[in-house]
Amino acid sequence: MKRFKFKRTYFAMPYAVLGALFVIVPLGIMAVYAFTDTDGGFTFANFVNFFSKPAMIKVLFRSLGVAAITTVACLLLAYPLALVLASSKLNKSATLVLLFVLPMWINSLLRTYAIKIVFNLIGLKSAYAAVVIGMVYDFFPFMLLPLYTILVNTDASLIEASTDLGASAFKTFLKVRLPLSLPGIMSGILMVFMPTVSTFAISDILGDPSTYMFGNIINQWFNSQAGWHIGSAYSFILLVLIAVTMFIANKLSGGKAQPTGAGGTVL
Amino acid sequence: MNSKLKKALARSFVYLMLAVTYVPILVLVVYSFTDAKVMGMWNGFTFDLYAKVFTDTEILEAVRNSLILAVVASTIATFFGTVSAVGIFYMRSWQRKYMDFLTKITMINAEIVTGIAFLLLFVLVRFIPTGWPSLVLAHVFITMPYVIMSVLPRLGQLNPNLYEAGLDLGAGPMKTLWKVMLPQLLPAMISGFALAFTLSLDDFVVTKFVNGSVPTISTYLYNKLTKKGVQPVLRALSSLIFFVVLAILVVINILSRRRAKAAGNVK
Amino acid sequence: MESKTTHEKFDKIIEVKSVTKMFDGVTVVDDISLSIKRGEFVTLLGPSGCGKTTLLRMIAGFEAPTKGQIFLEKQDVTAVPPHKRPINTVFQKYALFPHLNVFNNVAFGLKMKEIPNGVKKNRRGEDVPVFRHYTKAEIKEKVERALALVNLADYGHRDVNSLSGGQQQRVAIARALVLEPKVLLLDEPLGALDLKMRKDMQVELTAMHRNLGITFVYVTHDQEEALTMSDNIAVIKDGVIQQYGSPKKIYDEPANAFVADFIGESNILSGTMNEDFKVTFCGETFACLDKGFGKNAPVDLVVRPEDIDVYPLHKNKGTLEGEVLTSVFKGTYYEMNIVANDYEFTVQNTDEFTPGSRVRLGIDPDGIHIMKKLRTVNEYAGEVSGETTVDFLGGTFEFVNSEQLEKGTPVRVLVPFGAVELTDDEEDGVIGGSVAQSLYKGSYYQVQVYTDDDNDIYTDTSDEWDNDDRVGIRIAPEKIVVEKREETADETV
Repeated sequence: MKRFKFKRTYFAMPYAVLGALFVIVPLGIMAVYAFTDTDGGFTFANFVNFFSKPAMIKVLFRSLGVAAITTVACLLLAYPLALVLASSKLNKSATLVLLFVLPMWINSLLRTYAIKIVFNLIGLKSAYAAVVIGMVYDFFPFMLLPLYTILVNTDASLIEASTDLGASAFKTFLKVRLPLSLPGIMSGILMVFMPTVSTFAISDILGDPSTYMFGNIINQWFNSQAGWHIGSAYSFILLVLIAVTMFIANKLSGGKAQPTGAGGTVL
Repeated sequence: MNSKLKKALARSFVYLMLAVTYVPILVLVVYSFTDAKVMGMWNGFTFDLYAKVFTDTEILEAVRNSLILAVVASTIATFFGTVSAVGIFYMRSWQRKYMDFLTKITMINAEIVTGIAFLLLFVLVRFIPTGWPSLVLAHVFITMPYVIMSVLPRLGQLNPNLYEAGLDLGAGPMKTLWKVMLPQLLPAMISGFALAFTLSLDDFVVTKFVNGSVPTISTYLYNKLTKKGVQPVLRALSSLIFFVVLAILVVINILSRRRAKAAGNVK
Repeated sequence: MESKTTHEKFDKIIEVKSVTKMFDGVTVVDDISLSIKRGEFVTLLGPSGCGKTTLLRMIAGFEAPTKGQIFLEKQDVTAVPPHKRPINTVFQKYALFPHLNVFNNVAFGLKMKEIPNGVKKNRRGEDVPVFRHYTKAEIKEKVERALALVNLADYGHRDVNSLSGGQQQRVAIARALVLEPKVLLLDEPLGALDLKMRKDMQVELTAMHRNLGITFVYVTHDQEEALTMSDNIAVIKDGVIQQYGSPKKIYDEPANAFVADFIGESNILSGTMNEDFKVTFCGETFACLDKGFGKNAPVDLVVRPEDIDVYPLHKNKGTLEGEVLTSVFKGTYYEMNIVANDYEFTVQNTDEFTPGSRVRLGIDPDGIHIMKKLRTVNEYAGEVSGETTVDFLGGTFEFVNSEQLEKGTPVRVLVPFGAVELTDDEEDGVIGGSVAQSLYKGSYYQVQVYTDDDNDIYTDTSDEWDNDDRVGIRIAPEKIVVEKREETADETV
């Protein structure tokens, strides 16, 4: 009789099976819900519900708009900061970077509360501005970390090679530093854009109904059991959106964009 | 531009960003020492709010639940994730691709989609009651990818023949895993655990969908913050959480730096 | 055009004048002066950390000298940024741009370059030079020519990450050469290649240098590479040029024991120069070709292993009698360790003498090269700090205060090489230090130790110490010579 031979890859088998059960199957169930009605019959009605309501489409575009503004603002603030932190003596022991990404570890509801207090104190009235600034405040470290990581790990001799070959500081930035940091930019964009599109807690706390995001709508559908099928359809749309974003980001950065885990490199 | 001026500009930009990051938190902390109902009013210095935190049964229960959940879920995720990582590390081709897909999809997917998918699963699969069991399961599966991601690189640094050496010397696969591999992976497991622990404590969205009637800090904060007229006691609770997270991070960083120094690779 | 031809005639293309570079208070390059002639292949050779790369980086413009000036064709370029110097560098690990393919890596510099394009009159009627960029066609032609030069003609479209180490090296060379620099700097360019590849590239680089007529400044720690490729070598140690000269001169007539030890295999011994052309070592007196050291002067001397003749005992030739300890066949010759009068010689000979056999050794006058002793005694400035203690080298040492010097007296402290004791455990010494080098002197090691106050101390010991080892330093109190020193300008330390 041939003896059963244990392979090392079997160590991952429990996760391979349970992962399918707890990660992939639930997404399948969600898809089933999205394409059925409360009686269990196949239908597109849940999607029609979304695409036939201009108000809903408006919310989706508002979410995309807020997410885009937040992402761009984070990028414009974080890139120069990461550049300074990666290249200056100011940050020799990486303590400063740590200070900047430390808020990542604090509950985001709590940070949102803190910024809300500041808005109250300075009397910020615009709900839209509050939501956008709040999101930038919450997600800034997630943009900074991948940018800093890639910039600090850029081989210094490449920068020297560029100046050696006659490129000025500005040209060196444009032709060498920036293109080399593209994967970091993409990671940062993924880590800010995707959560901002789907978040609902920040707009719940800082905004009002005029700043409702796509996440708020989904959340509301799930407040009553009757809305689950439609809510699932909305989630499904979000899922497709994420897949498309990922696909584009991967294409743009040559497959190097990675969402780095929350503060993974800090430890 | 004159290089001194440039340096001064860079420096002030860094400090300005640092101030923007921490001012809201500092404001929160400052006002946690006064029990004025309205934010911005100063009623005199007092520890009353802190005293209230420790007598408020609702808060105490949420804190206790969050801690138990984080400890249980991240312990399971750390062991399960580490064993899985060992298996994944030796996988090739389609197997590896499948496992990568499994880990990445949880990290990339919008939390609201993950939460809803879990909710639908737990409703469908009735033998997993909503509440503690569903909470723990969901948290194990959302934190485990991060454990795997922190263990995998460490496996790459180990001597590739370590596992064979264990088998060669007569230990079975389980014994080799337990006696040879795990001790080598301990540092990565510890940072994986810390990551899982904070992610679990921090999680709000998935928790909200699967917690049934078990309140956690996040759901408690969300419920209070979305109501009109935020209770002053939240300021003290928030400050406390901030201090605890800060203390943990400082300790972890000092420890990991000391370890790096002991290993002689500190730069 | 007339002025251009005279311009071309400057025979010194690079002049480094009294250049010092300090990083965080540590001197890495110490007052180096160096002239490099147009078209020369000059190698900066030395152990790691000797300052050779820093010197190269200052010539390239990546580092600014703390003191001193660097001239390129009589122009002071000390403050000129790298992108404005007509000098290009081949980097240690190639530094190819990973986001560009081979063609675009080579084209990078050409795209940056602004070339004169005649003159135009400005509003005041003055002639103003006009610049333009290379056209696409010009770039293509130049890049293809450069790639052909390094035998990578069809590799333009390739991703640089897909190339082998040797190919990446060629791209790096093409990228620098395509700009037709006046000087090409090469920073250990072959260090990452395997032995065979390295030998091939050595031949190719030498050929390239000959054909292109560009000045090469080459940094390496590999003495063999330096000897085979260079017109001139600067041997550098501790930020100071120990010797500058042709490979033959440096091999045959090393300026000091360090150079002798670093270049090729050698037997380094201490001896006494009795008079001109006569030297005593190993208890015997030999004829030599050196003079001018004075009478009975202590000297270092070097004898290359191939310059020692070995005879069977019965032949009655040679000066020294010895016993063969080991013998190893090295392909074309035998390398033997032979002990004679307590000195252990390394000898290379085509005939083998079996270990244990007794032989006679002879050295011709031209096989002995005499060098000035670098230092015969350690000398420091110090201060008496107690009844029997003196402070120097950042520590407090016991000494015999026979002259009853008072506390606070500034003194000159002399420490003979034999008085210094090194301890394994840093804690056991009065002060700590790290070993800079161990020179085998036939029967003992001369060890140089850097002390923590950035000084150094020499000691003769029977043990070999590894470089960079941390050691403790003790000094026998009775052997320390302490002399009163006037607090005036003529301090010797």
